[in-house]
Amino acid sequence: MSVDHKGQIGDVLLEMRGIVIDGYSDDRWHEIIKGVDVVLKRGEIMGVIGESGAGKSTLGLAAMGFAQPGCKINGGSIIFDGIDLMKASEDEKCKLRGSRIAYVAQSASASFNPAHRLIDQTIESAVRHGIMPENEAKADARKLYRDLQLPDPDSIGERYPHQVSGGQLQRVMTAMAMSPRPDLIIFDEPTTALDVTTQVEVLAAMREIVENYNTAAIYITHDLAVVAQMADVIKVLRYGETVEDADTRKMLTNPEKEYTQSLWSVRSIVKEEEVSQDIVLKVDRVDASYTGSVKVLDDVTIEVPRGHTVAVVGESGSGKSTAARAITGLLPPSKGQILFNGEPLPPALKDRSIEQLQKIQMIYQMADTAMNPRHTVRDIIGRPLEFYLGLRGKERDQRLLELLNMIELDDSFIDRLPAELSGGQKQRICIARALAANPDLIICDEVTSALDQIVQKGILQLLLRLQEEFGLTYIFITHDIATVKAISDQIVVMLEGRVVEQGMKSEILAPPYPDYTKLLLSSVPEMDPDWLTGLLKERAKEQPPV
Amino acid sequence: MSNGAEEGYSAAGEVGLLRTRRSLRANIWRGLKSAPPTALFGMTIISIYVFFALFAPLLAPHGEAEIFPIAYAPWGEEFLFGTDQLGRDVLSRLIYGARNTVGIAVATTLLAFLIGGSLGITAAISLGWVDNLISRAVDVLMAIPSLIFALILISIFGATVPNLIIIIAVLDATRVFRISRAVSLNVVVMDYVEAAKLRGEGLGWIMRREILPNIMPPLIAEFGLRFCFVFLTIAALSFLGVGIQPPTADWGSMVRENAGLIQFAEYDITAALTPMLPAAAIALLTVAVNFVVDWFLHKSSGLRDEH
Amino acid sequence: MHPVVRTVLQRLGLGLVTLIVISIIIFSSIEFLPGDFGEAVLGQAALPETVQAFRTELGLDLPMHERYFNWLGGVLTGDLGNSFSGRGSSGGMDRSRAVADLIAPRLANTLFLASMAAIIAVPLSLFLGITAALYRNSIYDRVVNAMTLTTISFPEFFVAYLLILFLSSFTKIFPSLANISSDATFWERVYLSALPALTLTLVIVAHMMRMTRAAIINLMASPYIEMARLKGASKAQVILEHALPNAWAPIVNVIAFNLAYLVVGVVVVEVVFVYPGVGQLMIDAVTTRDVPVVQGCAMIFAATYILLNLFADIISIVTNPRLLHPR
Repeated sequence: MSVDHKGQIGDVLLEMRGIVIDGYSDDRWHEIIKGVDVVLKRGEIMGVIGESGAGKSTLGLAAMGFAQPGCKINGGSIIFDGIDLMKASEDEKCKLRGSRIAYVAQSASASFNPAHRLIDQTIESAVRHGIMPENEAKADARKLYRDLQLPDPDSIGERYPHQVSGGQLQRVMTAMAMSPRPDLIIFDEPTTALDVTTQVEVLAAMREIVENYNTAAIYITHDLAVVAQMADVIKVLRYGETVEDADTRKMLTNPEKEYTQSLWSVRSIVKEEEVSQDIVLKVDRVDASYTGSVKVLDDVTIEVPRGHTVAVVGESGSGKSTAARAITGLLPPSKGQILFNGEPLPPALKDRSIEQLQKIQMIYQMADTAMNPRHTVRDIIGRPLEFYLGLRGKERDQRLLELLNMIELDDSFIDRLPAELSGGQKQRICIARALAANPDLIICDEVTSALDQIVQKGILQLLLRLQEEFGLTYIFITHDIATVKAISDQIVVMLEGRVVEQGMKSEILAPPYPDYTKLLLSSVPEMDPDWLTGLLKERAKEQPPV
Repeated sequence: MSNGAEEGYSAAGEVGLLRTRRSLRANIWRGLKSAPPTALFGMTIISIYVFFALFAPLLAPHGEAEIFPIAYAPWGEEFLFGTDQLGRDVLSRLIYGARNTVGIAVATTLLAFLIGGSLGITAAISLGWVDNLISRAVDVLMAIPSLIFALILISIFGATVPNLIIIIAVLDATRVFRISRAVSLNVVVMDYVEAAKLRGEGLGWIMRREILPNIMPPLIAEFGLRFCFVFLTIAALSFLGVGIQPPTADWGSMVRENAGLIQFAEYDITAALTPMLPAAAIALLTVAVNFVVDWFLHKSSGLRDEH
Repeated sequence: MHPVVRTVLQRLGLGLVTLIVISIIIFSSIEFLPGDFGEAVLGQAALPETVQAFRTELGLDLPMHERYFNWLGGVLTGDLGNSFSGRGSSGGMDRSRAVADLIAPRLANTLFLASMAAIIAVPLSLFLGITAALYRNSIYDRVVNAMTLTTISFPEFFVAYLLILFLSSFTKIFPSLANISSDATFWERVYLSALPALTLTLVIVAHMMRMTRAAIINLMASPYIEMARLKGASKAQVILEHALPNAWAPIVNVIAFNLAYLVVGVVVVEVVFVYPGVGQLMIDAVTTRDVPVVQGCAMIFAATYILLNLFADIISIVTNPRLLHPR
């Protein structure tokens, strides 16, 4: 139990024993959940954490006695406050859902009905289940909006879902869950789709309201640092099985299982920064825009030293990926120039020579879409070898095997299709494809953000090792500060198409910060259950409420 | 890797999608075995039609346009399904019809795909004014029902087989254009196409190696559907007397020529069935193709059934 | 201006432009007639003066744009020109009739037949489609699905002859010919049109039901529908309060698409049952290459088709909450 929990923890509210859930895919049934137990007390918040495919969401829905299309609950018992949900009729379950158990989904914008006003959707369950009359429920909803610090709490409910932002919508959904005053709320990755600075606000609002009303909650996420701020106890799930159950503080300080530790393994990589004056690429006062009207890059200057890593950080829409498009020539700058090895590069892709193209390679965020699903590994890595180096036949295959070895894969992979590779292996093949061209500079666009933590660590270590061996230069585009700490020498912070700050890692990640960098850095959840509380206190001190 | 973390991490040990590699033949065999009865039925029917179309001259007891002295001969040993209004053997004309009617429909569909497919991919890659021009032209062509459009053109150019093929193919190419543009657009935005552009690959390579292999499955399914549509349109035109012209044996015209016999159903049921035979031949093939396409779509879209 | 009004006006404008372009295409089809078509229409024995007079009457001596505006002016005032058939080779006895007079009585018949089919088909297919979607993968769904897949594979004339065989030849319930005279009473018309209407109904119910089912299944897969279920709404509440308000646009689109399809189906069905409608007139004109009649009929079919689709688009615009309640 976390020390700062204000509510009262009482008797057992939900008891799930030996839950088995099957899912249908590839023409057969698989076990998604293989006998998991969940015991939740009144007023307690349980964090359920695990990587993609661990079965977290399926388990969360099962707590409501609900199975998504294509899934069925095949075994175990679910007792909610003395009611056996496995035996309850659909009617009885309907009565519980939305009155005593509520649900907050990941994608708020898709989960609101576009045809109804927010307030009508907020009070729907409370009114339907006869918990409050309509006008009382509306008044209460406005109060909840205020509690959740939504702007214009008295009128925001009159709007339609498409008229408010994602972060606000997520808070309205929390109000919707809270409206019937349920005993239990299931939060299913509620902040995953949000930017990091928005996430903090939503997180704080959700925690506050859940604690004020002493509601029990199951908080599902893949981010341990986020769940640490919310939960009293944490359950680690993997491949549909429980890995570890523990109190939040104990889990963070002293996890029993190595797997649990690997969940924050990226944070364990340490790289000493190095200073260098040998500039391989210089983005020189570049402006760029898509339609000619709004500037997506505004006077951007970035210097990239040879053999080192420059991390470009920022939230969605900051222009960090656009900068990569300008460097590669996909989006020719409207002003300024890009110098490569001291020579100006032609702005547009089609005007660049094969050698110029060869020396700058790119690795993408989604390895899935970066490889043609119909090409084998041999085609994928072999093509740049043929295209740039003119290698054919045996020579090419020889080099191919060397490259596979470099990325720690063996020759059994050579004839596989992308669909036959795991997420991490796919990203390694993409790295090999970039290496095959013998580049000077590799642009890595969020290359680890779609991967599970343990796989991320492997990829980052590989990139670091390759840099050491071959003196590669990286531009590393990311929104994840932990990754930045792990890999960079220099950092560029971007906001709304402009470079806000730029310098060595040690300078940027230490005070004094400019305002935005500070906001960005301080919003990244830390592995400390007191982090959010501390942050809110500090922010309240600096900006006294008006 | 059930306990990979405990044993230390290894990239090669990571488990990809569990998928056994099989040869092409094994894959086809496995696909056939898992096919529902409707699809198997469809494939059987299609093979029979193809067989009859290929070997029509060997299988037909009489010539395509051979005229015997007895018109409207009843069903019997000499003429299994009797003769038509001119004294031609109905069975032989049915068999030749497989070659003519199906052959013309296949040729038309192929031409429609050639035109619509190449325009669709070009529009998706070039975008800009090229895409706009073709797309708007297609919008206009699609604003009139294609049967009506076909009727206008036939009244101008006359109902010959080459005219029919070109007219229907051009009109149907609009649908093919829409779908091939849409599926290509989905592929064009993929990072691997961008990666190929960044590598410096030419347009031809990108079209052939990156895009085409990835749009084949939806286009194959569409081919089946378009074939049905073209086949029914040509049958309808022939039935209306403005399609394939005599003496070519064709199912649509055969229905029209013998339609009068249906009045005699109470006296001689076989006579009434004579015009129904070519109509049923058309229907059966379309049903068969639809069944196969339905299964193919279901398989390739990976649709999951609710429990 | 409210965005809904603006979008509707844009759509209306686009519809008008399409109509104009289509009218140009239909009009210019006459340009492609072979040079000697005058002789072909009037007969080999036609005098050169007659042919010349005929060309003048068609206005072939005028520049093309001028002729187009004359023709368009005629179309807008209900004058579709005169038919080719009935023209004598010697000029004197011109028995050709005005296209508008040929079409008018038949148009009423066709509209009667189409409405009869639509009145049965629309509610029936919506009912079948929605229930099949809601009881997805049940026996009922599978049976309805297999039947409709079979029906859409049948050529219209096959369905028509099957009905004739069973409901006319064997059982004598309905007449196999629907040659309606102009003085027939309403119920006589209904009786005579029963089989053609039934044929059309069967054909479009199959299409419409499948599209309705697909649209509803698509809708029911939305996350907000799952959310409604997780908020404890019963099946009926989910459908009535959450699915229906978002279903109007797809459903209206399905209906309009199929009513437009009716336009095509009607041509074949009219020929099978010798029903005196526009479709049969058009086929006769195509056979005799009577271009003015073909143009007139095509213009009517095309306009109906475009207007129906326009109507569906406008319904989807005015029921779209994003447009109704802009940011």
